[in-house]
Amino acid sequence: MSDLTRLSAAELASRIHSREVSAVEVAQAHLDRIGSVDGAVHAFLHVASEAALASAALVDDSLAAGTAPASPLAGVPLALKDVFTTADMPTTAGSRILEGWRPPYDATVTSRLRAAGVTILGKTNMDEFAMGSSTEYSAYGVTHNPWDATRVPGGSGGGSAAALAAFEAPLAIGTDTGGSIRQPAAFTGTVGVKPTYGGVSRYGLIACASSLDQGGPCARTVLDAALLHEVIGGHDPLDSTSIDSPVPSVVAAAKQGADGDLSGLRVGVVRELTGEGYQPGVQASFDAALRQLEKLGAEVVEVSCPHFEYGLAAYYLILPSEVSSNLARFDAMRYGLRVSEGASAEAVMAATREAGFGPEVKRRIILGTYALSSGYYDAYYGQAQKVRTLISRDFTAAFAQADVLVSPTTPTTAFPIGDKVDDPLAMYLNDLATIPTNLAGTAAMSVPSGLADGLPVGLQIMAPALGEAVMYRVAAAYEAGREALVAPEMTR
Amino acid sequence: MSAAITRDEVAHLARLARLAVTDAELDVFAGQLDVILGSVARVGEVAADDIPPTSHAVPLENVFRADELRPGLTQEQALSGAPASEDGRFRVPRILGEEA
Repeated sequence: MSDLTRLSAAELASRIHSREVSAVEVAQAHLDRIGSVDGAVHAFLHVASEAALASAALVDDSLAAGTAPASPLAGVPLALKDVFTTADMPTTAGSRILEGWRPPYDATVTSRLRAAGVTILGKTNMDEFAMGSSTEYSAYGVTHNPWDATRVPGGSGGGSAAALAAFEAPLAIGTDTGGSIRQPAAFTGTVGVKPTYGGVSRYGLIACASSLDQGGPCARTVLDAALLHEVIGGHDPLDSTSIDSPVPSVVAAAKQGADGDLSGLRVGVVRELTGEGYQPGVQASFDAALRQLEKLGAEVVEVSCPHFEYGLAAYYLILPSEVSSNLARFDAMRYGLRVSEGASAEAVMAATREAGFGPEVKRRIILGTYALSSGYYDAYYGQAQKVRTLISRDFTAAFAQADVLVSPTTPTTAFPIGDKVDDPLAMYLNDLATIPTNLAGTAAMSVPSGLADGLPVGLQIMAPALGEAVMYRVAAAYEAGREALVAPEMTR
Repeated sequence: MSAAITRDEVAHLARLARLAVTDAELDVFAGQLDVILGSVARVGEVAADDIPPTSHAVPLENVFRADELRPGLTQEQALSGAPASEDGRFRVPRILGEEA
């Protein structure tokens, strides 16, 4: 195994740009690593070896010609969640209904990565249409947690997080609708950021729930996540919900934070996101993190967000409602799977959707169809939207008392494969602490906070909308005083 | 307590959503959806009569852009993923029929 796969993206970029090592060597080292471990991890659905090496060669040629690197991450490899369209690779969103589909265009995130000279290694596994918390709902097999192959890596972005933890890539992209970046980051001991809603373009991101979906950076260090955040973030005219203001200066904030001085900052502990329901080891890790933040000079205060306890219920009405509408586009007519040729259009649609969607997707479509039905709309969807308002107000009040809020990212560490796959409600509880941020459209991230019984635990740091800079600063300060978590070497 | 949702209702919703679910799936889904609905009905406990609903976290309206020509997909690209096409068009199954 090559040492290059152990380096951070920032370190790789520095060596590539000083031509100490070529981008092609770096790409090849990661492709070799994928070749040797991905049989056991199954982080990738598609590995684009040729395209990756060609892209890296272009970076090398350009540097050899004396041209400045296209971005601070030019030549650094990345694993892309298979929910972003890529014109040169299949895009499945983890679903049978899109098996073999080649999109006719690139997502904005994809094209920004290409323009930045980032080497896209391939597409990563995920729960079908990003619905799930374990990657077990992928139509293409489960991803294994590099820390313990019998456990899930989290989800829906389990493939991206596992690729980082297994040193198959130093950078990855995820999407976070209710925790799909942060929960896998917590389960794999990596860093995952859910930017402010509208901070990263959704153009070419296959929709789960449009008012909640947000792409974001995943990495093994806070600085690497910040570097990637600045590459993919920013206004996009092709996404009318993208925010038309500059990307927060997260790289500078991460560098500032690495000094380890948080004096003058107030950190709010959300009372409703601790205690009962949280695994003792997770709670202990969180308590230790609070002590460390205090040691760095931060003032820790307790805040209350009384409506957060209704977040899960509101989310599982709003999300399925949007899903039932968004997934109507898979109608067997224009692209994707079509079965039972010859019958009426309606019969073909129903048969195709039955064959192409997995059980969790069907459950959520039916649930959403119900919540939007006349007679139930006010009691379910309408009421959930009001709760959403109250959760946003809770955040506003809490951010008046603290610069950032913190909680454990997840109530437990990674659970065994198969444990919750037939119990949807138990699966949903994974997202208890991450969902409020999506409902409010604010920013949050997960950073490793140690181990509980040998498995990684995540610390969630939440910030107001467009408040990413302070969040990265706190995360970098916290990270600076800790040893990096390294998954034990996989044995098969 | 009676079920929040019956097997027949689930079958009806599946038809509305164009999902040809099997009998076995109906049995499983009806029970699971009943449990889920029982849980999410908690939103009703919140007194929110005078609270405005939020459909979108970032309030935006009427986002305009200049009406400028920009490259789009060619007909060939747009049809590239079609299950069936003919003469540069999507070929679809019969839409109108006796059993409509």
